[in-house]
Amino acid sequence: MTVSFEDIQIGDKLPTWSRKTSFAEWNRYAAVNEEFVPFHMDDEAGRRAGNEAGAFGMGNLRYAYIVNALREWIGDDAIVREVGCQYRAINQKDDVLTVTGEVTAKKAEDGENRVYLDINVVTQTGAPTCPGHAVVAL
Amino acid sequence: MSEQEVTYVTDEMRAAQGVWSEARMAPPITETDIRRWAMATHYPETPPRIYWDAEYAATTRWGGIVAPPDFNPFAWPVERPKGGSPGRAGQRPDGKPLTGMNGGQTDTYGVPMRPGDVISARTRLVDWNEREGRLGHTLYVRSEIEWRNQDGELVKTRMSIGIRY
Repeated sequence: MTVSFEDIQIGDKLPTWSRKTSFAEWNRYAAVNEEFVPFHMDDEAGRRAGNEAGAFGMGNLRYAYIVNALREWIGDDAIVREVGCQYRAINQKDDVLTVTGEVTAKKAEDGENRVYLDINVVTQTGAPTCPGHAVVAL
Repeated sequence: MSEQEVTYVTDEMRAAQGVWSEARMAPPITETDIRRWAMATHYPETPPRIYWDAEYAATTRWGGIVAPPDFNPFAWPVERPKGGSPGRAGQRPDGKPLTGMNGGQTDTYGVPMRPGDVISARTRLVDWNEREGRLGHTLYVRSEIEWRNQDGELVKTRMSIGIRY
């Protein structure tokens, strides 16, 4: 799917992008990012770090999901210019994470047609985990 | 010492504030690095072709495979970098080790990373604050990282928050 700058309206929603997350996803991410942190791999270590449910997912993987959702929306020829988020809640085992976004502004700036979005990653219960923003250039 | 005077801030942090580190070089990026990254972050679905199909990628504006913006070329160095990252600063007065968590980040992207690129990074401690949080006394450290490619082009700047408790 690819969008055009002219067609985008303030308030447009990012098409949702979801993944169920557990050790299969976390371990693959740990492998490519060399992120072998005990509380992402081991339930006891997760509890020691303060999460009763045990091991929990990487913030960086949620960040990757945001980038992936943006890429799918804007297509390969557009540019992801900025992404920022705060990790406010933990990604628990078997959470289904969905990237959500809403267009807040569109501007011609620095020679680019830029679209600004508010972004989040929500769980299967709709709980937000990762409020943030993004800027793409179309 | 009263509650209000507890601090995890060290003299090393005060001395390091605002000072850029020496540049650190990543190993050259390969197509395999990019493909594996994309596969891991899209699992269990197939990642977009721009990240692994050279023939297709040649037809895009980039003229070849590019890395996902979030790709980290600094994973798997043969030699561990010396010294900690500024986001891991801080020390408890009782000497017990601090637990660290990633509080968030804002990345601004320049040119994309490509196979063959050698990325260099430098980093600096920007500032910090402390407060009592859900996990007790907590230190929030803001640090900045800048990545450039072998031609000196800006690839990324990252402002990140390290949580230390």
